[in-house]
Amino acid sequence: MPKELWKGNEAIAEAAVRAGLEAYFGYPITPQTEILEYLSRRMPELGRAFVQAESELGAINMVYGAACTGVRVMSSSSSPGVSLMMEGISYIAGTEVPAVLVNVMRGGPGLGNIAPAQADYNQAVHGGGHGDYQPIVLAPASVQEAIDLMVLSFDLAEKYRSVCMMILDGCVGQMMEPAQMPEMRPVHRENWDWATNGKMGKRERRILSSIYIEPAEEEKMNLRLLNRWQTIQANEVRYKEYFLDDAEIVIVGFGTAGRVALSAVREARAEGIKVGLLRPVTVSPFPSEVIEQLAGRVDAFLVTEMNSGQMLEDVRLAVKGRVPVEFYGRLGGMVPFPDEILNEIHRMAKSKMAVNANPRDAWLARMATA
Amino acid sequence: MIPENAVCVRPEGFTETPTHYCPGCTHGVAHRLVAEVLQEMNVLDKTIGVAPVGCSVFAYNYFDTDFVEAPHGRAPAMATGIKRVLPDRIVFTYQGDGDLASIGMGEIVHAAARGENLTVIFVNNANFGMTGGQMAPTTLPGMKTTSSQNGRDVETQGYPIKMAEMLATLDGVGFCARRSLHDAKNIRLAKKAIRLAFETQARGLGFAMVELLSTCPTNWGMTPVNSLKFVEEHMVPAYPLGDYKISEAIKQIKI
Ligand SMILES: Cc1ncc(C[n+]2csc(CCOP(=O)(O)OP(=O)(O)O)c2C)c(N)n1
Ligand code: SF4
Ligand SMILES: [Mg+2]
Repeated sequence: MPKELWKGNEAIAEAAVRAGLEAYFGYPITPQTEILEYLSRRMPELGRAFVQAESELGAINMVYGAACTGVRVMSSSSSPGVSLMMEGISYIAGTEVPAVLVNVMRGGPGLGNIAPAQADYNQAVHGGGHGDYQPIVLAPASVQEAIDLMVLSFDLAEKYRSVCMMILDGCVGQMMEPAQMPEMRPVHRENWDWATNGKMGKRERRILSSIYIEPAEEEKMNLRLLNRWQTIQANEVRYKEYFLDDAEIVIVGFGTAGRVALSAVREARAEGIKVGLLRPVTVSPFPSEVIEQLAGRVDAFLVTEMNSGQMLEDVRLAVKGRVPVEFYGRLGGMVPFPDEILNEIHRMAKSKMAVNANPRDAWLARMATA
Repeated sequence: MIPENAVCVRPEGFTETPTHYCPGCTHGVAHRLVAEVLQEMNVLDKTIGVAPVGCSVFAYNYFDTDFVEAPHGRAPAMATGIKRVLPDRIVFTYQGDGDLASIGMGEIVHAAARGENLTVIFVNNANFGMTGGQMAPTTLPGMKTTSSQNGRDVETQGYPIKMAEMLATLDGVGFCARRSLHDAKNIRLAKKAIRLAFETQARGLGFAMVELLSTCPTNWGMTPVNSLKFVEEHMVPAYPLGDYKISEAIKQIKI
């Protein structure tokens, strides 16, 4: 397939279609509405299901119903809408059916704004819905990566009977970039041994439910989820590394923040500063191991995020206090410029923070004096 | 083999699961009618049920069909998801009045408005049975519940919602009726309506719902017999029985 110019949101929608998406249910919200609009045209054209639901509550439960039949199904939304979906996401996790979701995050809390943000990291990575479960969360930084991860999302969701959520922001969602689409995969209905699609004279009846009324049974189920999560952690961690071989300072950033940081890293390298970038592609499972290894040989980390330091805590857990972890963030829909991160690199190249200092406090103090 | 002198047998559409419902509760009657209809229409094999949250949360244990269990009130959305990807299956929800008329009002109205080819069995027992008898949107004015202890005061707690009448105003609805389960005659009429609600779906004529006036002897604090009388004397006048919407094609069906 040749490269074409694709808008992020539309690229995501087409990539899902090519991955065999059989049903889409969604509700309009900026900055992801193009996904819904594109699929409202594309899905019926292919004889596949599309419903504009009455709300995100409706949408996620339509996804839940279709997921129980074993077909490839997805929804997409942005922060406030994803909050509404949390009930359904927990039920889907508790029923162990595969479902794919996209959150094109915007500034919050509350109605916030429609500018790019990464403030739903904790909601996505550390739960959001009730109960013990862990979703797979992918974070693309370009239109091409969003396409590739969209296809991967369906494979991962099915492989682990899990929720797989892609988190991005309006930068990636709204931007146009040259990108290559995958070949159209034929729609393939897997003969799952769990799907509730009617006995059809072939088998005993099946029930799909998130109820385990006996606590001992619920505990078993929780442990099953946990064991599966350990397998996911062992096999599915993905990240991109740039200039890490001889790096003394390592920046950690995902999605757009990681991409902006890369520009700063390139400039710093041109100046001879030994800085590299680790960009988690799966933020859940988190690339803790590689960060832990890096902590044994680098001088310091700088975490950059478009939030108040949510992934920062996961990096600190992995570094275990061995070297300083510093933080630079923009909030509320503000996107950092490469210059801002380059300034941080310059500062750290001269003097690093103490290991036991609080990175968020230090960052706020710097902001106050700037 | 069923002995010739058998008076009452388990319908084929049922599994061999002992009931968990309270003695005298008409949820069991509603279940049986649905199972008989699915069996008579010979569709058990291609039916997928959606259970609610409420006393009938375990509905999936009783029917010999595939079943899923929805979050509270969301059964019509789940059913929509199933039916849209498997349009040749029979998909039904079974919901209480708290589930359908309170927390799930949005889902039911929009499933009906979209004309989803679904069948909804709506059990109106005028309270939240499962959680111990709190007021529901369907609780009668003046009726005592654990959360309207002096009787439902319409000034502060609002008026009962008449779901069958309300949904009948929507163009997507092919069949919408209210029946009662308080005596044998009405139970027979209820079964006919349930049959028509499934026939509506089988023929692709849009959304179909049967509202069933039902008892909750446990939370009403009445004997089963007095509960049936309460339905007849108090519920039926407040919730008149009848067909609120019936499409032409369904009118022609003789059962
Ligand atoms: C989101 C959510 N809120 C509240 C509950 C608690 N809850 C369980 S059943 C129920 C009411 C059920 O009443 P109804 O639908 O009338 O069914 P019945 O038991 O009367 O048949 C409530 C409020 C819940 N399970 N989930
Ligand atoms: S509590 Fe009421 S509705 Fe629930 S099973 Fe008992 S009688 Fe039936
Ligand atoms: Mg009730």
